[in-house]
Amino acid sequence: MKKVLEGSQAVAEAVRLAKVQVISAYPITPQTHIVEILSDYVATGRMNAKYLRVESEHSCMAALIGAQSAGVRTFTATCSQGLALMHELLHWAAGARLPIVMGEVNRALAPGWNIWCDQTDSLAQRDTGWMQLYCEDSQEVLDATILAYRLAERVNLPTMVVLDAFYLSHTYEPVDVPEQEEVDRFLPPYKPAFTLDPGHPYSLSPLVTPNAYMEMRHDIALAMEDALAIFDEVEGEFARIMGRRYGAVEEIDTDDADVIFVTSGAVTSTVRLVLEELRSRGEKVGALKIKLFRPFPTEAVRRALSKGRKAVVVDRNYSFGASGIFAQEVRAALCNAPGHPPVFGYIAGLGGRDITTQMLSHIYFEVKESEAPLRESVWVGRQEVNRAT
Amino acid sequence: MQLEAMDRELMCSGHVGCPGCGATIAMRFALKTLGEKTIMVLPACCWSVIAGPFPQSSLKIPVIHTAFETGGATASGVRAALDMRGDEETTVVVWAGDGGTFDIGFQALSGAVERNENFIYICYDNEAYMNTGIQRSSSTPYGAWTTTTSGSDWKKLRKKNIVEALVAHRIPYAATANIAYPEDLVRKVRKARETKGSRFLHIYASCPTGWRIPAEMSVRIARMAVQTNIFPLYEVENGIDYTINVKPREYLVREYFKLQGRFRHLSEEDLDQIQGMVNEDWERLLRKAGERA
Ligand SMILES: Cc1ncc(C[n+]2csc(CCOP(=O)(O)OP(=O)(O)O)c2C)c(N)n1
Ligand SMILES: [Mg+2]
Repeated sequence: MKKVLEGSQAVAEAVRLAKVQVISAYPITPQTHIVEILSDYVATGRMNAKYLRVESEHSCMAALIGAQSAGVRTFTATCSQGLALMHELLHWAAGARLPIVMGEVNRALAPGWNIWCDQTDSLAQRDTGWMQLYCEDSQEVLDATILAYRLAERVNLPTMVVLDAFYLSHTYEPVDVPEQEEVDRFLPPYKPAFTLDPGHPYSLSPLVTPNAYMEMRHDIALAMEDALAIFDEVEGEFARIMGRRYGAVEEIDTDDADVIFVTSGAVTSTVRLVLEELRSRGEKVGALKIKLFRPFPTEAVRRALSKGRKAVVVDRNYSFGASGIFAQEVRAALCNAPGHPPVFGYIAGLGGRDITTQMLSHIYFEVKESEAPLRESVWVGRQEVNRAT
Repeated sequence: MQLEAMDRELMCSGHVGCPGCGATIAMRFALKTLGEKTIMVLPACCWSVIAGPFPQSSLKIPVIHTAFETGGATASGVRAALDMRGDEETTVVVWAGDGGTFDIGFQALSGAVERNENFIYICYDNEAYMNTGIQRSSSTPYGAWTTTTSGSDWKKLRKKNIVEALVAHRIPYAATANIAYPEDLVRKVRKARETKGSRFLHIYASCPTGWRIPAEMSVRIARMAVQTNIFPLYEVENGIDYTINVKPREYLVREYFKLQGRFRHLSEEDLDQIQGMVNEDWERLLRKAGERA
């Protein structure tokens, strides 16, 4: 049924439809709507779940690790400082092979206090073993959240569904909400691979010597590799029932493109507009939207970007001392592909600054006119700063 | 001694605890009382090692090892999941050291008991971070040497009174216990098991390695801790009703201190001062229990 929903509501609807059994959360702007709605669902009986109102994000993730290990489907949502506080346990959840699903609202990290959109929070968790899905609009947010459960439970790794602060979390859009019966067909009840059970006592996550640790890590590496194919499979099942499919990446007008934008999250919508405008003026420009960031779809990225002469990554995030994080990943994916295009890196929209169509077409023409990048990262939309001396 | 289920053994020999380890004695008695229908949450501590490396386990119950500071939170999640699965029979028990309880895990513990989460939290107290090699914790007593309170820098701060901190949360049941008083310990574990809501047990567990005492003195030292009033045995119901369980013979604390290498540097004046502190704490406890006006 079509409804007009905030991105936050789309997440909550998906969690309800996924019949999550234990929710735990700690409030942080702009994640709050998600967890308030879920609290209400539980209080009013619209969801049959336990809601743990814990005293911190760290305890929140610990509680979900406990709950998921005891055999139930779980959910939390957080962002920024909250996600950073969870860091230790993000590693734990993945290492323990628990298919926990989280809604992650991309918000800037302090200092200074900034509640607006920035991807550095989730990208800083790229090495924790969580799968990460970046969404462009609220429909995708809802679909990705439902899909995340199926994916996580197939792979036995936790999954983060990432949405932009405010641009998605607090923006109303028409969203097609599936029927419960459709979701049930797609997402069977959770069958844990192992569980805490006094009838079959196991010791979970014990001391592991150098004798076995590496094999356990290798298993996670293999699971992540397999997850690429499983993602496609699961998306296929989703499409058969819901009629929608996104892809690990989406190529937009890449076939004859000279310059290919690489984007993730809501800014992809802005790039679509710019593409329409530039194409109408005869510019050969395309875009590659990266939805699946972990596991990184290396082959698909290579294939798409090899079609163009130049790739330009727009990063709403930054790794100090290096570059934009998507740019790093794209460069790493391309470096072993013979004759690959040069990768231009642009940093834009940090801490909730708008990324406008003008900014993007400016980037396009700058790249079109340059043979090769002069710098790893070009910061756009910056103001002049008068520094006191 | 009348001990319930004395022949039930849920802890195997072959664990890797040090000789004389009080924490292993505590675990053995606790499990005898808790029984098979128990899930244990084990944050980082000596017991993370004692339980044995993968693929072995010295415990015959399901155990979830978890991060150092997460005992209270992980157990909340396990309990919630069992409740959702309709399993009300299984007891969820956290088994944590003093560091994981008094210090780094205190926030998660306080949060959990404020929510009156339905589990038993057992802190075995060896009065320092022993897993990492005898560093001070807020449970380390006044006067003690540790590797981070060494030489003239021996600890000159009081031990945190964890039971009083828990009592302030008005939890249904909080008690101290001691490996040298197994009857009392077993009774308290049973009482905890039969109570609903957040239950807290603080078990004195001597550590020969960390305290610089011979292994065979482990239980004797533990008994003296009670008999000197250094570690009184008492229980508190609903944060209000205090009962003192053992009336000690009130030995002088110097007899306890003199036997332990960790207190070797203390002067007679230091010991007098410590005696004064112990007396003061005991008087306060007697007043709370209504045994002094
Ligand atoms: C976040 C974090 N910090 C530090 C450690 C290292 N560490 C592991 S066990 C431990 C000490 C545990 O002390 P306690 O809780 O008293 O238990 P004991 O080892 O004495 O039995 C420390 C510091 C850790 N595992 N995690
Ligand atoms: Mg200790």
